[in-house]
Amino acid sequence: MSVKFETRIDETFRNLKAQGRAGFVAFITAGDPDLETSIQILKGLPQAGADVIELGMPFSDPMADGPAIQASSLRALNAGQTMIKTLGMVADFRVSNSTTPIVLMGYYNPIYSYGVEKFLNDAKKAGVDGLIIVDLPPEEEAELCLPALNVGINFIYLTAPTTTDERLPAVLRHASGFVYYVSITGITGTKKAAIGDIEKSLARIRAQSGLPIAVGFGISTPQDVADVAGVADGVVVGSALVKTIEAGLENDGKSGPNLVKDVLSLAGELAAGVRK
Amino acid sequence: MSKTIKPVNPNTLRTAPDDDGHFGIFGGRFVAETLMPLILDVEKAYSDAKADPEFAKAVAYYFAQYVGRPSPLYFAERLTKQLGGAKIYLKREDLNHTGAHKVNNCIGQILLARRMGKGRIIAETGAGQHGVATATVCALFDIPCTIYMGSKDIERQAPNVYRMQMLGAEVKPVTVGSNSLKDAMNEAMRDWVANVEDTYYLIGTAAGPHPYPEMVRDFQCVIGNEVRDQIIQGEGRLPDTLVACIGGGSNALGLFHPFLDDADIRMIAVEAAGKGIETGLHAASLSAGRPGVLHGNRTYLLQDDDGQIKEAHSISAGLDYPGIGPEHSWLHDIGRAEYVSVTDDEAINAFKLLTKLEGIIPALESAHAIAHVIKLAPTLAKENIIVINLSGRGDKDLATVAAHSGEKLGGVL
Repeated sequence: MSVKFETRIDETFRNLKAQGRAGFVAFITAGDPDLETSIQILKGLPQAGADVIELGMPFSDPMADGPAIQASSLRALNAGQTMIKTLGMVADFRVSNSTTPIVLMGYYNPIYSYGVEKFLNDAKKAGVDGLIIVDLPPEEEAELCLPALNVGINFIYLTAPTTTDERLPAVLRHASGFVYYVSITGITGTKKAAIGDIEKSLARIRAQSGLPIAVGFGISTPQDVADVAGVADGVVVGSALVKTIEAGLENDGKSGPNLVKDVLSLAGELAAGVRK
Repeated sequence: MSKTIKPVNPNTLRTAPDDDGHFGIFGGRFVAETLMPLILDVEKAYSDAKADPEFAKAVAYYFAQYVGRPSPLYFAERLTKQLGGAKIYLKREDLNHTGAHKVNNCIGQILLARRMGKGRIIAETGAGQHGVATATVCALFDIPCTIYMGSKDIERQAPNVYRMQMLGAEVKPVTVGSNSLKDAMNEAMRDWVANVEDTYYLIGTAAGPHPYPEMVRDFQCVIGNEVRDQIIQGEGRLPDTLVACIGGGSNALGLFHPFLDDADIRMIAVEAAGKGIETGLHAASLSAGRPGVLHGNRTYLLQDDDGQIKEAHSISAGLDYPGIGPEHSWLHDIGRAEYVSVTDDEAINAFKLLTKLEGIIPALESAHAIAHVIKLAPTLAKENIIVINLSGRGDKDLATVAAHSGEKLGGVL
């Protein structure tokens, strides 16, 4: 299915290409450590240099995530985060920002539980541009990918080092927005890939797709960002940002006075990596 | 994706799943892309193995020579007399090597992992029975293995932890989430995704992404197939009622599946009601859950209104899981099997009753099936034949039972 609509994602990557640089994609979990703090971080991210925002929908059983994002999900859920609140955050963000793409990232069950059709309509209305759903491979595309394309939301596919050339066409068939390359075989925030390996994998994907490619997993420092920005169209950082949220908590687990400032300042340093 | 459509035979319930792993709306392959190619490899390897008579021969050899199959189908005369109704048989899976039905599946999957040339095994375990069975076959075939186990379960199943370590397995405590079986499964999947090259994930129940639910069921079907032969030999006819406990559901499917097309046979699976369904502290996914997606498949799950998975509770670590195998969800929805539940207290009483009457100490998991039969058998005619799957032995549960009864191991009672 060729995609007949345009989202902020397409526009953003077109602008980035014109500027001749990669985009910085910042991940935070919605509602971490609490709704109010999370909204402040979300609203500050574009100013700090995020070109695209991945907003995690917290889930009790994040199987592809490492300890940092697991803990972040748990903090959000313990603070009472729900799907309605997550979509509300996006709508709130859109009041003052109509250009930065928001991609919701997470696992399928909270969406399935909410109801696929209602979720897609509410997400579209809130101003969501794309979805990354870790446990929906192309084998399950009928669940959410195809319905999402029908309402004009990009479904962003993950490709991994284990995705063979033979399998890529199936993965890319309904891909839109961008392709997310998982740079390591592993969970978020753990090992780090060699740039040479990433470059080879991206060449394999580019041979079969004209979509921009963002690289994530195992990227944590401004230098990492700069390195990956040299070969990719987008660079995703998640665990490092949510670790800063964790570090900014008071002893009682509540948001500390410098938390928002520290997270946004790290985002700024990381974002500088794509602007070198 | 190109698909070959498997013809649907309306006269049988035994051909599910379809080629994409669906049992009705349940099952499927809900896994991260990194794992997807591995899942497809397992599917292909299993399909090749099924077509290879040498594979079946190897499985049969280890079943007979190593596990000690066939397990007896024992007429529980004193239990029958005490309950005063239906005639009760026990399928003695507790007499298998390692003390439970879990080893049937482990033999099958370790032989598959060897065919695939995998050099490392990982598994999750709740009560430790699957962990022990996995560690056992890994010792037998000299393959290193890592077992993930919730820290809560490590505490209540200490003898099994020691057993696994003696067998050479590395037991990794899981301290995230509810520290029990679901979290152990999350950690095993995280390990698998990080070690895709050499590692085989030996799932312990008929759940997870396709082809696991089908494959584990197939290996466990030896239970029902033996019962069929044994009961015809002993009684000259098929049983009327089959009863099994159910956590993920592999022992129940192993007993039920060969009888699915015998429409007159009633099948009852017994979930763990924990402290009572109304308390919320239970593990009864079918009685109190709704369909959702977790651990690679769509199935009934215990979850809150926002789709977050709830913690399960059962005195029996092996039933302490908020989901259930997808084939059971399907059998539930089409009404082919009945799903009931019994509480911790009822299971403990059944544990004690069977021990005293028959000299058989059942696993707390299996005691759930006995507990239901204690209620059911007196309501049935004396001609009615019940077969209970006595899925495991209860030595591992003595400390739990003692603690629950306010007694102390080693104390003078």
